[in-house]
Amino acid sequence: MKKSVILGVATVAGLAAAAATAGTVDDVKARGKLNCGVSSGLAGFSLPDANGEWQGFDVAVCRAVAAAVLGDSSAVEFVPTTGKTRFTALASGEIDMLARNTTWTFSRDVDLKFEFAGVNYYDGQGFMVPKALGVSSAKELDGATVCIQTGTTTELNLADFFRANNISYEPVPIETNAEAQQQYLAGACDVYTTDASGLAATRATFENPGDHVLLPEIISKEPLGPLVRHGDHEWGDVVRWTLNALVSAEELGVTSANIDELSAGTDNPEVNRLLGTEGTLGEMLGLNADWAASAIKAGGNYGEVFAKNIGEETPIGLARGLNAQWTDGGLLYSPPFR
Amino acid sequence: MTTLTDPPKEQFRLSMLLYDTRYRSATIQVIALIGFMLLAAWIISNTIQNLEGLGKPIEFGFFAESASYDINQRLLEYNSQDSHLRAAFIGLLNTLVVAVLGCITATIVGVFVGVLRLSNNWLIARIMTVYVEIFRNVPVLLWIVLAMAILIEGLPAPNAFRGDNPTATMDLFNTVAVTNRGVYIPEFLFSRSLGDIHLFGTSSIRFDISLDLIAFLIVLGGSIFTMRKVSAWAAAKQESTGDRPKIWHIQLGILFVPMIILLAALGFHLGYPELKGFNFRGGTHMRNSLIALWMALSLYTAAFIAEIVRAGILAISKGQTEAAAALGMRQGRIMRLVILPQALRVIIPPMISNYLNLTKNSSLAIAVGYMDITGTLGGITMNQTGRELECVLLLMLVYLAISLSISAVMNWYNNRVKLVER
Repeated sequence: MKKSVILGVATVAGLAAAAATAGTVDDVKARGKLNCGVSSGLAGFSLPDANGEWQGFDVAVCRAVAAAVLGDSSAVEFVPTTGKTRFTALASGEIDMLARNTTWTFSRDVDLKFEFAGVNYYDGQGFMVPKALGVSSAKELDGATVCIQTGTTTELNLADFFRANNISYEPVPIETNAEAQQQYLAGACDVYTTDASGLAATRATFENPGDHVLLPEIISKEPLGPLVRHGDHEWGDVVRWTLNALVSAEELGVTSANIDELSAGTDNPEVNRLLGTEGTLGEMLGLNADWAASAIKAGGNYGEVFAKNIGEETPIGLARGLNAQWTDGGLLYSPPFR
Repeated sequence: MTTLTDPPKEQFRLSMLLYDTRYRSATIQVIALIGFMLLAAWIISNTIQNLEGLGKPIEFGFFAESASYDINQRLLEYNSQDSHLRAAFIGLLNTLVVAVLGCITATIVGVFVGVLRLSNNWLIARIMTVYVEIFRNVPVLLWIVLAMAILIEGLPAPNAFRGDNPTATMDLFNTVAVTNRGVYIPEFLFSRSLGDIHLFGTSSIRFDISLDLIAFLIVLGGSIFTMRKVSAWAAAKQESTGDRPKIWHIQLGILFVPMIILLAALGFHLGYPELKGFNFRGGTHMRNSLIALWMALSLYTAAFIAEIVRAGILAISKGQTEAAAALGMRQGRIMRLVILPQALRVIIPPMISNYLNLTKNSSLAIAVGYMDITGTLGGITMNQTGRELECVLLLMLVYLAISLSISAVMNWYNNRVKLVER
């Protein structure tokens, strides 16, 4: 047993040592591949398609970063993580960044020593119930059995919500979305709760999506975004500004259709700076001048990525809502490229 | 004239540490030990330094913070405002529950299967062989997941019990509800309860002991003590007169009458589960995560125990069986009175390691969402606080303590049953 204590410590020490080496940008360039942690399977956000290619809204962030750093949106090694394993994977250096509908909270940012690169989806926690149950509000859920993904903020919100409303519930902790779906459909739990976007995505994969309703209550703020390890600010900047580039591109009207034409040079200086025909923004990040252009080419601007993966035309069918540009009354607001 | 010279005086020189075979092995061992300690020290200091570099120095203060998550199966009272330490304690109890239940079931099933595998009945022996081979050779995690899937998909949801023409009904005269959320069985209630003793005030390991239970145990202990006296009296009478008096009805009376009087005095009654709102309420809820884990672990470990029992029995020479048969004993009694007591000596030591395995395998509980100590301390707490090293080290310490306790108890038992040698 003594031996295994030491081995355990040795493993942790090794992981910590790996984490302490600075310069993730250089590591990624040297490796020629970006290790990106994603969810182990959530339709619309990250799920391998029929050809085994990872597709989705979170996956698109990984691809954009890979395109910005390496110029190749396919140079990504996707590492599926669960709610429980994701932080250890990131802290240990197994993955370079995590794009897995992860809520930006104070304690994760400050105490868990991560750095959130921004928000790519403004979400809130909701409840899904079978229509047949006849429930119209989350406050009627006294005594219900609730399926919940363990190791998430939703677990804590749920405890708070039921305590605040002074009603009881029976939590059924579950490791992955797929298992939660199985238990929920079999009736082993009355309610499934997670981020509203995740509920919509899960419902879209049901045989009869119409038999299930999302309750009106949104019980929390869940700003979801990509994150990196604390301390490597250069790498944090790369991820942050890649995300900002996608948002700015939509605001400035740069799309995957017109980007080649605009890359030749335009009258709009901000577009020029974004696409690298003017200024030295890429150099400041330690990347090529066309880093943002490559990122946008990977899957289109923010609006295109949204529409393609989770928008109203897709089975997931999410409206832009809070995730519209600030000019359209949403919360998306990229700092200027200057 | 002879000159006597003193034998050359033994002088210790440093080189002897290496060239003198008397010292060489000690030298090598000391050097190896120093090297090992240096390596350990390097790893530990490296870990501490790196963690400090990350801004996460090792400290255990987070245990006092409020856990803010709920645990479904809690043997003691707990809510989301309690500390992480309390949550870990609740998880520890859940681990112990499944370990104890599993060890008992695995032993019973294993002994039966092991004996039946040696049966002269071809069919029974073969069926037991198939059972042992199937369970032994498939990873226990798969059995746990399979058991859970069967429980979830195979049993009716509480909804099926609703309405005028329910598709599912309660079993055993409407007292037991078998659903895909678990099994609801009647619970023991006392209308004139003696109350509880509260131990450890408001600390994280506080718990209540029911006075009813203590009273019950005292009465039971008293009954058993009297029963032994009666049976000693009967044996003495048999020694002196050759006639053994009939005592079984006296024994039964001694066992049950005081118990029934006590239960009546305490106002004992059963609380039945009832479908109310979303779920069954009342009764004792055995969650399907517990049942799945318990069943899978016990059936898996029972396969190993069966082999150990079989080996133990085969180790007893056939002469013992034949001698017992020559005395006119029946097959069952030969097994019970002659073979098994001797086989126990061979069986107990490997049995210890199987109990340990079962306990450690219970850490797979998270696969079915059973909140054992790995699920609370090593799962949610670790995840919410980001204190991986502290949680994992503590978790290892807990399992170490549990395993060593099981070993100690079993070794004590082993010393009792082993052949007394002089």
